[in-house]
Amino acid sequence: MMANMVTALNSALSHILENDKDAVVLGEDVGKDGGVFRVTDGLAEKFGDDRVIDTPLAESGIIGTSIGMAISGMRPIPEIQFAGFMFLGFSQLVNHAARYRTRTRGAFKVPMIVRTPVSGGVRTLEHHSESPEAYYSHMGGLIVVEPSGPYDAKGLMIKASKLDDPVIFLEPTKLYRLFKEEVPDEPYEVEIGKAKVLREGNELSIITYGTMVPVVKSVVEKRAIDAEVIDLRTINPLDEECIIGSVKKTGRALVVHEASLSFGVGAEISARIAEKAIFDLKAPVIRVASHSLPYPFPGYEKYYIPNELKVSKAIDKIMSV
Amino acid sequence: MKKEAFSGSVTYMQVMDENGVIDKELMPNYVDDNKILEMLRYMVLAREIDAKALSLQRQGRAVTYAPLLGEEATQVGAAMALRKDDYFVPNFRQHAVYLVRGLPMDLYFTYWRGYEEAQKIPENVKGLPVIVPVSTQMPHAAGIAYAQKYKKTGAAVIAFVGDGGTSEGDFYEAINFAGAWNIPLITIIENNAWAISEPTRKQTAATTLAQKGIAAGIKRIIQVDGNDVIAVYKAVREAIEASADGPAVIEALTYRMGMHTTADDPTKYRPDEELERWKPRDPILRVKKYLTAKNLWSEDIEAKFLEENMKKIDDAIEKAESFVPDPKSMFESVYSFMPAVLQEEMDEAVKENFWQGDS
Repeated sequence: MMANMVTALNSALSHILENDKDAVVLGEDVGKDGGVFRVTDGLAEKFGDDRVIDTPLAESGIIGTSIGMAISGMRPIPEIQFAGFMFLGFSQLVNHAARYRTRTRGAFKVPMIVRTPVSGGVRTLEHHSESPEAYYSHMGGLIVVEPSGPYDAKGLMIKASKLDDPVIFLEPTKLYRLFKEEVPDEPYEVEIGKAKVLREGNELSIITYGTMVPVVKSVVEKRAIDAEVIDLRTINPLDEECIIGSVKKTGRALVVHEASLSFGVGAEISARIAEKAIFDLKAPVIRVASHSLPYPFPGYEKYYIPNELKVSKAIDKIMSV
Repeated sequence: MKKEAFSGSVTYMQVMDENGVIDKELMPNYVDDNKILEMLRYMVLAREIDAKALSLQRQGRAVTYAPLLGEEATQVGAAMALRKDDYFVPNFRQHAVYLVRGLPMDLYFTYWRGYEEAQKIPENVKGLPVIVPVSTQMPHAAGIAYAQKYKKTGAAVIAFVGDGGTSEGDFYEAINFAGAWNIPLITIIENNAWAISEPTRKQTAATTLAQKGIAAGIKRIIQVDGNDVIAVYKAVREAIEASADGPAVIEALTYRMGMHTTADDPTKYRPDEELERWKPRDPILRVKKYLTAKNLWSEDIEAKFLEENMKKIDDAIEKAESFVPDPKSMFESVYSFMPAVLQEEMDEAVKENFWQGDS
């Protein structure tokens, strides 16, 4: 079928609920309303109110009860309505979801998938546009996944449902309906922890993910530069092999993400390149990211998020060395 | 041995019914027809501004908007009960509270165009900026109330939270602080029956939301007809007058006649019959009936009143739409000083013209 990311995710969730009787979806407005972005549309009708659960407005409670279900042999798939609201459940994630396995040396496990829309560019109100991947990757113990298209979204979701780990599944709001691509009707898996080389090249490696994937692709196409473009797809664990291999080949690395610059995923990638490929570099690594500021109100977001011009100027700079 | 360890109950109050008939025993002597006229004017104006904001959003001239349609009495009644130095803490739908408290109207429209400059709330308004994550404003309200007690200002704080908001941990924590600290915090639960698509019965098994205050040890608890502006005004005013003795919880039963926000489609989950049932209970309708019977209101009076105010609204929109954002303000406002690394980031953006590119 030709599907956008919303339809692909809906299809994945439907497969998971169909094939695993212990799987449940829970969250605010996920039932009759089908979620505010319609990702869970029709699932309550198909699988019943006890498996697709409209919860009270309580993010800490949604994640905390999911942990309890998970350690009882269920596979909860909680939805947090917006990334900014997920911070209310942060304690449950950092103090509990991330630690159950290691602090019991594997006696307890927390198989769950926490879904939330992330990133901006769609002029929404405050707290609806955050890019929180660095927080969740930093603590250890949480798998962090972020697809940039429908095919990967469905495959990664189904793969996540086969893992016995807590997975933070970040869905870029701007990409929900941006484009359609061919997505198989039947279930399939996309490997977690593996980046995807979107375009092979020899002059420059551009490492990106999420909302910046279409921006980078557009710039590279317009400039006819021989760039290798890598879509991480999984933030944690990082596919270091793919990144280092590419940088050793091209000798130049540009990291592009929407999350703010300082202390972000780009810093982690740059540090690994410095540690493992610095003598292969022809130019310093450059990061292109949103400004090191809180996410602004919608009127200002066009000044905050990196645009094609900023990516293009960074390419000029890195190629000029 | 067994004995009753505790018992509690919640009283419901309505002063003016949906036909505009007043319960004389409950009618306070500090509410006269002039006061009721003032209440109506605010409610009519709030509805007009709300409709204007909705229409601007539909034309692409405002960002996602949360309409207040149907909730005018709860907001106007509560705001009018505030004394000059009392403070209010909103969530994201209290447009009429800002109106009554005198927020310059252009700031209101500037907020809904998406600019932080709109949240420079003038000091005399005595209110917090809009707070979007549900219920997270409630502990702030408790802190502000503690500060009033500590500084002996004598001021009270009213804080608005929705029905869905009463499920959040921050709500329980805040009312528990209020009880434990015995602070002048009046929590107003603006129960509009819907948390986006979820009716109140999905939020709680409690019969009333007001009774949550009982568990926090709060003595002054009442449920009122939130579409009865006089009942709301009376409950809030009396709670404010008694606030030196401790906190209160007031549940106002109202109804969200529109959508949660402009991004929402209530026809997907809400039965039309329910909306129809609530239409005769409209908060404005009953006051008009009352004042029309006394020859204090008419269609002509209303038309004239709106005409007088339309110019103000249009001027405010014009001012809001002429606002020119300065991206440097994002950098200059985030800390009390400018860190060198941030200065460098800002200078680079200016030098390289990053802000001129298409998003």
